[in-house]
Amino acid sequence: MTPHLVLRVVSKLLIPLIVVFGLYVHFHGDYSPGGGFQAGVIVAAAVILYALIFGIDSAKRAVPTWFVKFMAALGVLLFGGTGVASLILGANFLDYDVLHPDLAHHTGQHIGIILVELGVLSTVFSVMMAIFYAFAGRAPDIPEGEW
Amino acid sequence: MEFLASLIPPSLSAHAPAVIVVTPLLMAAVAALMPNGRLGWAVTLISTVFAALLALSLIVEVQSAGVISYAMGGWAPPAGIEFRIDALNAVLLLVIAALGLLSVIYALPSVADEIAEDRQALFYSAFLVCFAGLVGVAITGDAFNMFVFLEISSISTYVLVGMGANHDRRALTAAYNYLVLGTIGATFFVIGVGFLYMATGTLNMADMASRLPDLSDSRVVQAAFAFIIVGLGLKAAMFPLHLWLPNAYAYAPNFVTSFLASTATKVAFYTLVRFLFDVFWPEAPFVAVSFLWVFAILGIVGMIVASVQAVFQDDARRLLAFSSVAQVGYMMLGLGIGTAAGVSAGMLHLVNHAMMKGALFMALGAFAIRFGIRRISDLNGFAQSMPFTSIAFTIAGLSLVGVPMTVGFWSKWYLGVAALENGWWWAVAALILSSLIALAYVARMLAAIWVAEPHHDKAGAIAHARAPWLMLGPLWVLAIANIWFFFQPDFLVSLTNAAAQAALSGATR
Repeated sequence: MTPHLVLRVVSKLLIPLIVVFGLYVHFHGDYSPGGGFQAGVIVAAAVILYALIFGIDSAKRAVPTWFVKFMAALGVLLFGGTGVASLILGANFLDYDVLHPDLAHHTGQHIGIILVELGVLSTVFSVMMAIFYAFAGRAPDIPEGEW
Repeated sequence: MEFLASLIPPSLSAHAPAVIVVTPLLMAAVAALMPNGRLGWAVTLISTVFAALLALSLIVEVQSAGVISYAMGGWAPPAGIEFRIDALNAVLLLVIAALGLLSVIYALPSVADEIAEDRQALFYSAFLVCFAGLVGVAITGDAFNMFVFLEISSISTYVLVGMGANHDRRALTAAYNYLVLGTIGATFFVIGVGFLYMATGTLNMADMASRLPDLSDSRVVQAAFAFIIVGLGLKAAMFPLHLWLPNAYAYAPNFVTSFLASTATKVAFYTLVRFLFDVFWPEAPFVAVSFLWVFAILGIVGMIVASVQAVFQDDARRLLAFSSVAQVGYMMLGLGIGTAAGVSAGMLHLVNHAMMKGALFMALGAFAIRFGIRRISDLNGFAQSMPFTSIAFTIAGLSLVGVPMTVGFWSKWYLGVAALENGWWWAVAALILSSLIALAYVARMLAAIWVAEPHHDKAGAIAHARAPWLMLGPLWVLAIANIWFFFQPDFLVSLTNAAAQAALSGATR
């Protein structure tokens, strides 16, 4: 019988729900409290919980460090790219109105904010993971015997 | 200059204020993904060249149009974030872009030597973030946005300084000290901005300026002024708040030191000018009293005390770092004089100091890459070991003292003239005294390089080496600029005069 059976079973149940809740917070970001930052932290918390219960090595198999680095950069590019897209469409930087012709309902603003928040989600999630991996995976500089 | 500026198509130059900040920020993400340092460097080089071209096109446009205002996201100021360029921050853009570009060219061999291979791409990424932050501080017209950019540049600077740990572990404590003090400075600044927001209900600096004169009796506004001056003074390494600077400059990688020494404190100095003259107004009693009793007095004390401290340093880069604190004192004195001539002299010294300190730190980096030296006594006889680097170092060193035939002479000349116009003979006396002390510490290094007995290897021959071309090129560009602008000072003087006019005309409104 493996140790911490209850924790393992309960966390396996909870982790998908935490991720879904994170996405829920994200997609509410454009018209209610929430958004990419909170969502990124919540999704990262799900992976960190996984790492705490099942070990850092299996967490790194699920979310590898190269993926973390890639997503962190991708998020910044997505945020900035939304701004550049509005530049190319002929408006000022980050002017989302040009993204969609329906000005009456500010559809362009909604699309723009969801895209920008998606970039924030990606970067915040990745940076949280990177910080966690850096601390959790830290080997002492001085060998234990030489303290 | 106009030719280079015309390389940017009009459709792009209309958005230049945003693009010049966004390009390095996005390229930082691209650089982070690069598999090795060389590719990271290539990305960095491309984005700094592009930023430099955009800066030139902005300056040309400012000279014809006066003020450029750019509404972020199409939200009109004062509600939205405004990027606002006038003659004052155009000078800063030129300094950051030019010195940034030269340092990046210099970086390839220097970084390859000092930073672990697997971290070089990330290192360049941090540099680009820092570059974007500094440009952002210079360009934004929104007080809170200025805080954000100040923190973007500062946080990446802590990382860049800490990367020196590969060579010397003391870089870590230096970076940590800088982090603590820099964060305190940023906190003071944002508290001040918060107070101003409470008093005026706006964050746009031009809008704030139009509302503040009615509130000159408000304690909130006065407290905001004090908080902002302390916060920005910390970032600018104004004399008693400079304690983070010497170690940070001494232990950071060479490329980082030469870039930071020529840009970071300059940007903080610019923000001080902006707040003193454009957001607050010099006629207010609490502002007027600060010119003499804060900026002029502390500037002079800093000029002399930090110069004396520099004389007694053993580490060459620490010596130059203390000298940087003293040079900030000169700029503060110019600011404290408070007239158009004074501010213009301060800005002129800002530009000149960027050229000389950039060259000096680059030369030390070139000495370090070949012989791994740090101490002044190790420089013995380098005129024979590395003649080209030594000559450039000597030119920049003489410029630091203010010898005629170098650009440093004009800084001190205009500062002295501006002080005399105010009848501040004591400031001129302090200027001369501080220059003499500067002569003492520069002479220490030059004597080691030119007079002292050179190092010999085992066979008795003098060790020879040449710095890599990529390092010699930018170093000599700066060294020649130090001489060139002595004979052609009109270009710089007209730029800084226009800058001072722009700063002071914001005051009369």
